[in-house]
Amino acid sequence: MKKYALPLIVFLVIAGFLAIGLRLDPREVPSPFIGKPAPPFTLPQLHKPDATISPADMTGQVWLLNVWASWCVSCRAEHEVVTRLAATGEVPIVGLNYKDERDAALGWLRRLGDPYEASAVDAKGDVGIDWGVYGVPETFVIDQRGIVQHKHIGPITDKSVNETIMPLVRRLKGAS
Amino acid sequence: MTRAWLLALLLAVGPSAYAVIETYTFDTPEQERTYKHLIDELRCLVCQNQNLADSNAELAQDLRRKTYEMVKAGRSSQEIVDYMVQRYGDFVLYRPPLKGTTMALWVGPFLILAVGVTVLIRVIARRRSDTTETDDAAELARVERLLAADKDRKA
Repeated sequence: MKKYALPLIVFLVIAGFLAIGLRLDPREVPSPFIGKPAPPFTLPQLHKPDATISPADMTGQVWLLNVWASWCVSCRAEHEVVTRLAATGEVPIVGLNYKDERDAALGWLRRLGDPYEASAVDAKGDVGIDWGVYGVPETFVIDQRGIVQHKHIGPITDKSVNETIMPLVRRLKGAS
Repeated sequence: MTRAWLLALLLAVGPSAYAVIETYTFDTPEQERTYKHLIDELRCLVCQNQNLADSNAELAQDLRRKTYEMVKAGRSSQEIVDYMVQRYGDFVLYRPPLKGTTMALWVGPFLILAVGVTVLIRVIARRRSDTTETDDAAELARVERLLAADKDRKA
């Protein structure tokens, strides 16, 4: 009996580590921005190329920055969720149209609906780099003082909206 | 004739295979060295097991461009690395810095090695002790008898 004790312990330890490993998502790189001021930018708006938009315009409210592109398949997958979230009117969503073409982006919004207060055009992806974007879609939660409070990588789902994003938004709003 | 056509075709196709990696020109050889060193050391976050130099993902292209622009603007390696870490975190470095959160990464392999060596030494030691000679006279006599009997049978 004792003979089997050691291999059994080794097996259990390895199995434990592998079980943890299976639950982790290697794509989720912790963002260094959490708790830091949102990187500034001034970009032309998608619908009004002459007007600009900047995170400073949103100071005083809790808001979401949703990075999207018409070429991004997962963005299409999350679009329904984003639309539903916008429809609740609880939190304004600003789009960051990442490395896209204006016509394609406008066509996409016309076809699928536009949940965004406004979309900033980041044609070359420089602002994306400043925000540490490495996979579209990504969603940031920014508080009244312009501090990044949360980053969601990949398409948001009803589950992540109900369990993480909205509770956080409500808490931030309540704190003001 | 066919051979000439084949050759022409090869010549036409050949260069395009290399055209994926951008060609950047630098002011000085040092700048080029810094650039090459940086894209070797920085990780592409989309295809996580490749560095910027190996990866052809869009993000890797953008980050190579950014690195190039910064090198060209005369920024030091350290400044460029800081710029990337600020945006993408320590994960962007293929050689993570030694600190609390990365301790397991640096020390873990040596710990596992130490455990392995200890186990190995103990197993070998136990095996050796299993085969130690006996100086028990009765036991020796019994062995002699068995050997003798064996010899008789074979003879």
